[in-house]
Amino acid sequence: MDIRFEEVGYTYQPGTPFQSRALFDINLSIKDSSFTALVGHTGSGKSTVLQHLNALKKPTSGQVTIGDRVITNFSEDKGLKSLRKKVGIVFQFPEAQLFEETVGKDIAFGPKNFGLTEEEGLAKARELLPLVGLDESFMERSPFDLSGGQMRRVAIAGVLALEPEVLVLDEPTAGLDPQGRKDVMDMFYNLYKNQGLTVVLVTHQMDDVATYADHMIVLEKGTVMKEGHPRDLFKEAGWLSSMQLGVPSTVRFAHELEEKFQWMFDPLPLTTDELAEQMKEKLADKAGESL
Amino acid sequence: MMEKLIFGRYIPGHSFIHKLDPRSKLMGAIWFIIIIFLANNWLTYLALTVFVLTAVKLSEINPKFFINGVKPLIWLILFTVILQILFTSGQTIWFRLGPVVISQEGMLNGVFIFMRFVLIIFMSTILTLTTMPLSLTDAIEFLLRPLNAVKVPVHEIALMLSIALRFVPTLMDETEKIMNAQRARGIDFGEGNIYQQMKSIVPLLIPLFVSSFNRAEELATAMEARGYKGGEGRTKYRQLAWENRDTIVMIAFGLLSVGLFLLRT
Amino acid sequence: MSEIINVENVTYRYDDEDQRAALQDVSFSVTKGEWVAIIGPNGSGKSTLAKTINGLIEPDNGDVTVGGLALNEKNVWSIREMVGMVFQNPDNQFVGSTVQDDVAFGLENLGIPREEMIERVRDALDKVNMLEYAEREPARLSGGQKQRVAIAGIVALRPAIMILDEATSMLDPQGREEVLRTVKEVKEQENLSVLSITHDIDEAAAANRVLVMRDGQMIQEGTPESIFSYGEKLIEMGLDLPFPERLKASLKKQGIDVPQDYLTEEGMVDWLWTYVSKK
Repeated sequence: MDIRFEEVGYTYQPGTPFQSRALFDINLSIKDSSFTALVGHTGSGKSTVLQHLNALKKPTSGQVTIGDRVITNFSEDKGLKSLRKKVGIVFQFPEAQLFEETVGKDIAFGPKNFGLTEEEGLAKARELLPLVGLDESFMERSPFDLSGGQMRRVAIAGVLALEPEVLVLDEPTAGLDPQGRKDVMDMFYNLYKNQGLTVVLVTHQMDDVATYADHMIVLEKGTVMKEGHPRDLFKEAGWLSSMQLGVPSTVRFAHELEEKFQWMFDPLPLTTDELAEQMKEKLADKAGESL
Repeated sequence: MMEKLIFGRYIPGHSFIHKLDPRSKLMGAIWFIIIIFLANNWLTYLALTVFVLTAVKLSEINPKFFINGVKPLIWLILFTVILQILFTSGQTIWFRLGPVVISQEGMLNGVFIFMRFVLIIFMSTILTLTTMPLSLTDAIEFLLRPLNAVKVPVHEIALMLSIALRFVPTLMDETEKIMNAQRARGIDFGEGNIYQQMKSIVPLLIPLFVSSFNRAEELATAMEARGYKGGEGRTKYRQLAWENRDTIVMIAFGLLSVGLFLLRT
Repeated sequence: MSEIINVENVTYRYDDEDQRAALQDVSFSVTKGEWVAIIGPNGSGKSTLAKTINGLIEPDNGDVTVGGLALNEKNVWSIREMVGMVFQNPDNQFVGSTVQDDVAFGLENLGIPREEMIERVRDALDKVNMLEYAEREPARLSGGQKQRVAIAGIVALRPAIMILDEATSMLDPQGREEVLRTVKEVKEQENLSVLSITHDIDEAAAANRVLVMRDGQMIQEGTPESIFSYGEKLIEMGLDLPFPERLKASLKKQGIDVPQDYLTEEGMVDWLWTYVSKK
């Protein structure tokens, strides 16, 4: 499912003395089955954009097209709910949304709101637990007795239970330890690869952008500064740092090698594997020269 | 929803009213609410209105804010006013329909009640818009200080108040986040019948409670780590300074009171 | 060099019925002016250990000595004066309604006279570069700024030890960097000993010594270089993989011989020079 923003503007508390503009005539598009990274430093408008992706907010000007639905300021609130099933959002620190007595019931909460029965919801929960790395023994446990990492997984399962076509992730690994971060990111990547889910990742981790994303949107002060493939955008390290954003470690190191050894990396390597591959060629060339 | 909240918000500024000591503002506002009950004719209400409008002018705050302060209470006010009109007995009858009697005295009472409400709201809005919540707790602590003698833990109460105020924006953010997360899971807040609405509150309240308790626990630990062991032996960083302008304001309130006594019938 | 923290055979259970102790017979010490990092996966007991040092948790067994004082009921408040602690969540340790009020909170607790407080608050805020924010309310600060205020609150108390309990884990990269820089500066200026609990590779690299915990036990100890040379195993130890280690793993996959020892990025470049010139 495609999502498209056309000239989208958003103002908080319009018409009051506290009004403040968060988005300025934004254009962007999220293609079906893409892995899109949304980056920008704190206060760039990322979280406001995010809330437009499933009509939690309606634009104050312009329009957002989600699949075949067009949302404008004048769209009725009724009927927006069905969009929330198609676009699932995992908010930052999603464990804050847990409230039911058991893990099973909490995961079933979303599906039940969309018309499934209690039994169907619980069956869905049982099916999802292994996907997020937990086993069935968790079904009857209280979500509040779990470790932080386990709570995070239950909360994620609660969103996956809606069977969304688009999955929006807001800093999904914040506060986890490195093992937990790796597990969670791998899990999302598998969903993207194997189930054809469209993923939108909001993150500060440029290494994650480089490793997973095939599309990248840079936000700053409520406007879209650039949109494109990470490989192209990461070429401009200086520009990114002026946006208070970094480049992935691999890109930074590749630049360093280009300077020191007069090597040219083309295409720009985004992961250590890509870098190592190109380094091998260069090292082999070097060996050839000295013969 | 919460974005519309005006009441209780502080608007920074450097006006005469902003610069007043919070104690004089707090005492003035309380005194005003007491003496307003002295007013019982057009002249006394006129005096009060002039006094309040002068204060509004001196605060240099957009009058829109004050009207916004009245809006959320307008139904309560109108309800009270209508009761006054209907249940005040009087000689000059304007209108009669069965048991419903509207008299001139009733109308007059209704108008006075309406003015009393609006003036009190304006006065307390001046207080909250021009005084940092923290300064207000300082003033409350100062005014409650005599209660120390009867073993009321005034210092602790004041600290509790200031921490509560400090966490208001944090909890508002939190509420909004949880609401968004649950809406994304298919809840409609504020839709459906009463029963459905009550039910939709549960997924909001439980997470809010849980996170507030966690916060409270972490905050307590942090306070203990920073050497907090109760009010005893503590010094205070914030100090209030009573200036000439505060005395002038108190005199103005005194004059207003005397004036009301002379003008009332 | 004199020891400023000494923890000996400390054991602690949150609940008497818990099968596994949160801390099992843990011993370590920190010398004056030293920076020690404690790493380990979540739930390994790092934070619990930090809390035993200033008596927020009372160990079931074992001894804790801080600055020559044994931790007991009588000394606990004097020890808390010596130990400043920055916690994980920037919001839940901000007591004051404004930046300066928060910095003053610890001083008020100690009963410092007002004139001196004003000076020490200013001075501490200056040291963390937050002086211009003195009047701000916490809601209008970034996470990194709030943590710097927390550090100022500690500096104002002139402690001997600063404990960072995952103080950067909830921050964005920019906030992380500014807090780490502030800690480094303040440590030098105030001659502090630092104990930092972390998953962050840069924070661990700033330490003189790294301790590794797992399941309530201290399982490993060494310089950052020696710990970082564990390569991929570091993730299980609760630490991010340093970039050179990631690149080494990829190079190995390409059949290129890489050195065993831990290399910094500069070390990596140097090694490549020799590799290229040898051919």
